[in-house]
Amino acid sequence: MLFQQIKYLIVKEIKLEMRNKYALGGILIYVVSTVFVSYLSFKQVINPATWNALFWIILLFASINAVAKSFLGETGGRSLYLYTLTNPQAVILSKIIYNSLILIVLSGLCLAAYSLLIGNLIQDTALFLLTLLLGSLGFSSLLTMVSAIASKTSNNFTLMAILSLPIMLPLLMVLIKLSRNAIDGLELWDWNSLLILFFLNVIIVSLSYLLFRYLWRD
Amino acid sequence: MGLENSMSESAGSSQKRKGLKTYWWKIIAALFVLYTIIAGFIIPVPAQAILHETIRNLYFHVPMWFAMMTILFVSLWYSIKNLANPNAENDMIASQAANVGLVLGALGLATGSVWARYTWGAWWVADTKLNGAAITMLIYFAYFILRGSINEEQKRGRISAVYNIFAYIMLIVFLMILPRMTDSLHPGNGGNPGFNQYDLDRNMRMVFYPAVIGWILLATWMLTLSVRLEKIKRKLLFNE
Repeated sequence: MLFQQIKYLIVKEIKLEMRNKYALGGILIYVVSTVFVSYLSFKQVINPATWNALFWIILLFASINAVAKSFLGETGGRSLYLYTLTNPQAVILSKIIYNSLILIVLSGLCLAAYSLLIGNLIQDTALFLLTLLLGSLGFSSLLTMVSAIASKTSNNFTLMAILSLPIMLPLLMVLIKLSRNAIDGLELWDWNSLLILFFLNVIIVSLSYLLFRYLWRD
Repeated sequence: MGLENSMSESAGSSQKRKGLKTYWWKIIAALFVLYTIIAGFIIPVPAQAILHETIRNLYFHVPMWFAMMTILFVSLWYSIKNLANPNAENDMIASQAANVGLVLGALGLATGSVWARYTWGAWWVADTKLNGAAITMLIYFAYFILRGSINEEQKRGRISAVYNIFAYIMLIVFLMILPRMTDSLHPGNGGNPGFNQYDLDRNMRMVFYPAVIGWILLATWMLTLSVRLEKIKRKLLFNE
């Protein structure tokens, strides 16, 4: 029942996105232009630590921008209609899954533009891609929940950044450490950190699942 | 209606009925903190290489953090209670506890900063525990900004409770993960010996433990006072 609803809701999200393509296009252009600005500012290939930090900062702000709009459409009558038809938990899970898809595309594009313009320093591509995948999943689940909270307030966009940045730090620290390992091409994978990253994802998704029932009702 | 009854009771008439049974812990709080201040500066401390006399800051800095974590846990607890059973009182206690926690956090940061200046050489150093403290402050400032931007009272209580629970759990995860990833200058981390091993002698324990209890009780007292003040403000607002 829940899975059926989630499937329909994801299809609904994709249909809505296709109907108004400029929103998604805007985010993709945002990433490319940010990368281009940093390329012009730095001029040459930078050292690995800076490369890594800059990459994650660009991706962090692009993700905040991409996910911030996910509850904007669900206001007034439409949300009432949605919540009478479906389980609220199906709504948050479907949004998390849909945003994960968006962020995976976004981070792939960001990596492509970044390595084309600023240079590719990654030695262990498999580990970097795995980190990027887990990072996108974590970013999307955390930011979806925060955007649900922020959508209930009056100044939603500023709050989105204020509320999400401090609680994103545990995720970001682990991601930066893992991707640094991938850039340096360490022989042994740091399974401990990968495990922490995995469990962080599990914790965030289950917290969203548990807490969303208190959030959706106006 | 139940809310107004409980409000009037705790704001006014119950004052007469209170005997020693209800406020003994406030006396203990005041005595213990006073004892800590006097004994903390008088009782001899072990001579340590870098610390010297700054070790006395242990009686103030560490209990403040303990009290902050306790009072923030109270805030979390009342946020959970507010989701299970929404009422104005639970929300009020949760938000006032976060407020008291912020005050204690600011005190802890100030005392820690002075201590860092005289032992590590700078007001702020790159250290995991300092980062944890800074993030705690940021999270609770964000919590108050979130509260400020919702006007409707019940909605404010519910949504800020959700954020409080979410943020507290991420904070705990952060405080658990970070020390594993980097070294800390603090005792007991990254190869530094903990205070307990040899430098906290019997004299110091005699001051440190009462200090912890005293500060936690003092924080609770501050919480009850600010909740009462908030209730009076609200009552005045109702009567206007």
